[in-house]
Amino acid sequence: MDLYAEEILDHYKHPRHYGHLETPTLTFHDRNPLCGDEIELELKIEDGKVTDMAFTGHGCAVSRAAASMMSEEIIGKSLEELRGWDKKDIIDLLGIEVGPVRLKCALLPLKAMKAAVWGLAEDE
Amino acid sequence: MPTTTMTQSTKSQSPTLDIAAIRADFPILQRRVHGLPLVYLDNAASSQKPHAVIQAMSRYYEQTNANVHRGVHTLSEEATAQYEGARAKVSNFIGACCPKEVIWTRNATEAINLVAYTWGRANLKRGDRVLLTEMEHHSNIVPWQILSAEIGFEIDYVRVADDGTLILDDLSKLLTPRTKLFGFTYMSNVVGTLNPVQLLTEAAHRVGAVVMLDACQAVPHMPVHLQALDVDFAAFSGHKMLGPTGIGVLWGRRELLNAMPPWMGGGDMIREVHLSGFKPSELPWKFEAGTPAIAEAIGLGAAVDYLSQVGMEAIHQAERDLVSYAMQRLPEVTGLKILGPAAEKRGGLVSFTLDAAHPHDIAAVLDNLGIAVRAGHHCAQPLHERYRIPASARASFYLYNTREEVDLLVKGLQKVVEMFSF
Ligand SMILES: Cc1ncc(COP(=O)(O)O)c(C=O)c1O
Repeated sequence: MDLYAEEILDHYKHPRHYGHLETPTLTFHDRNPLCGDEIELELKIEDGKVTDMAFTGHGCAVSRAAASMMSEEIIGKSLEELRGWDKKDIIDLLGIEVGPVRLKCALLPLKAMKAAVWGLAEDE
Repeated sequence: MPTTTMTQSTKSQSPTLDIAAIRADFPILQRRVHGLPLVYLDNAASSQKPHAVIQAMSRYYEQTNANVHRGVHTLSEEATAQYEGARAKVSNFIGACCPKEVIWTRNATEAINLVAYTWGRANLKRGDRVLLTEMEHHSNIVPWQILSAEIGFEIDYVRVADDGTLILDDLSKLLTPRTKLFGFTYMSNVVGTLNPVQLLTEAAHRVGAVVMLDACQAVPHMPVHLQALDVDFAAFSGHKMLGPTGIGVLWGRRELLNAMPPWMGGGDMIREVHLSGFKPSELPWKFEAGTPAIAEAIGLGAAVDYLSQVGMEAIHQAERDLVSYAMQRLPEVTGLKILGPAAEKRGGLVSFTLDAAHPHDIAAVLDNLGIAVRAGHHCAQPLHERYRIPASARASFYLYNTREEVDLLVKGLQKVVEMFSF
C-alpha cells in the first residue's frame, strides 16, 4: 500500500540521525496527544546554519519516517531558509499521499523543527 | 425484523446465534472496503444498523413526519405516539420503573453532563468529594472536572490493577462520608473489564453517595436491569446498540429526577411561562428542551425490538465466545500484548499493542485488508497513561461478528508484523 512505500518503511526501521547530539544549540520537544506521537528534536547551529541534527521519540511509521527524511534534508540549510519551510516540503519529501487523518503524524517533526528555529518555548 | 433462531451449538454449551441470518439483516455488511469484504470490528465506537432500524426511520419520514406534543392534527398525533412508544420500549428494555424515568439526550456524553449540571450543581459543594475510576471514558471524567473547577469539590479515582480490574482493597477509604457521587463504567471500553456493579453500588450507598453508571458498553451487549442493579443514574448511547446517532438516554430514579432543577430551557420542558417566570414540565419532558430527535428515537425503538428478538443473553454469550476465541488466537502474533483481564472477566472487546508497530500503523494496514479496528486512546487517556502506553489498537465485537473474522484479524496482524519488523 502507498502509505507504506518501501522508502517510508526503510526510514521507519532505520531512522537516520536517531539519538542525541553532544552539544545541541536548540532542542524542542513536541507531541501529538491524540495519537501519542512524541518527538525530541536537537539541532546544532553554526554561523546561522544547521550543521547537525538528532531526534528521539516514539511514533507511527509516518511520523518517524518524516523526521528521519527531514533530518537528511535540513543539515546544511540556513535558519532563514528553514523558517520558510511548510507542509509541502515535508509531503514532497515523503513522496506519498497523506490523508487528512495521518497529516498530523507527518507534520509533527516539521512543527518541532519550525518551533526550534523560531525559538519558541514549548508552551507557546 | 430479525430472522434469527436460537440453536444449541454442538461445540459449546452456550446458546449461539444464527449469524448468517443476522448478517443478512445488515445491509452494510455486504459492502467491500479496498476491494475486500468489510470486517467490522469497531463496534465499541459505533455499531452498524439493521434494515429494520433504517426502515423504521425512513418510514417515519415518508409517512408520519411532524413535530411532537404540539399539533392536534393526525401526523403530529401519530408522531407523538411513535416517539413516546419508543420511550416505553427502551424503558422496558433496561428495566426502568416506567417511561418517565427515561430521558432522551443526544448521547451518553450529554446524559452524564445533564447529571453534572443539574444534580451536581444542586447537590455538590466545596469540600465534597466525587469518586470516579481510572478506567472511565473522558465523558465520565471531564464533566466532573469542569464542575469541580466551578464548585471546588475534590475528585478521587479508584485505581486500576495491571490486569485491568479495579483495585477495590481501599474502596472504603475512597468512599468517605463526604463522597456524594460515585461514577463508574459497567464495562471498560479499553480493557473490556466488567465491573462488579452491585458491589460498588452497595458500597456507595452505605456512605450515602449517589451512583452514576456509564452503561454505554453494557446495555448494547448484555441483559441490563437498572432497577435490579439499584444504581441511581445510568447513561448510554443509541448508536452503539444498532440505533442511529443523535439519540441517547439518561435513566434516573424518578425521586432524584423530580428533585433536580431543569437543565436547558425552552419549548417542551415547561408547564407554563409568564413574563415573570416559568414552571417546568413534569418528567420526562422537564429535561427535554426544544424539538427532539424524533426519527432517531423511533429508530432506537426499532433497534431495541431487534435486540430483544435476538435475545440479549444469547448476544452476550456469543460475544463471550468470540472474545475467548480471539484471546486464544491473538497471542500467536509475535510481540502482541493484550491489555486487560482474562476472557471470563470481560465483555466482547480486546485491546492490544504490537512491539513492531504503532497502533495507527496497525489500523492503517488492517484497513487496507478491509478490517476496521480502532487505534488511539479510545477517549480513555488516563488509562493509557496508567499503562504507560501512548495508544492501543482495539477489536470490538457485536452480534454479527464471526470466528472467521477473528481469523482474518490474526492473519492481518501477522502481515503487519511482517511489514514492520526490523
Ligand atoms: C464507556 C463509554 N462511555 C461513554 C462513551 C461516550 O459515548 P458517546 O460518544 O456516544 O456519548 C463511550 C463511547 O465511546 C464509551 O465507550
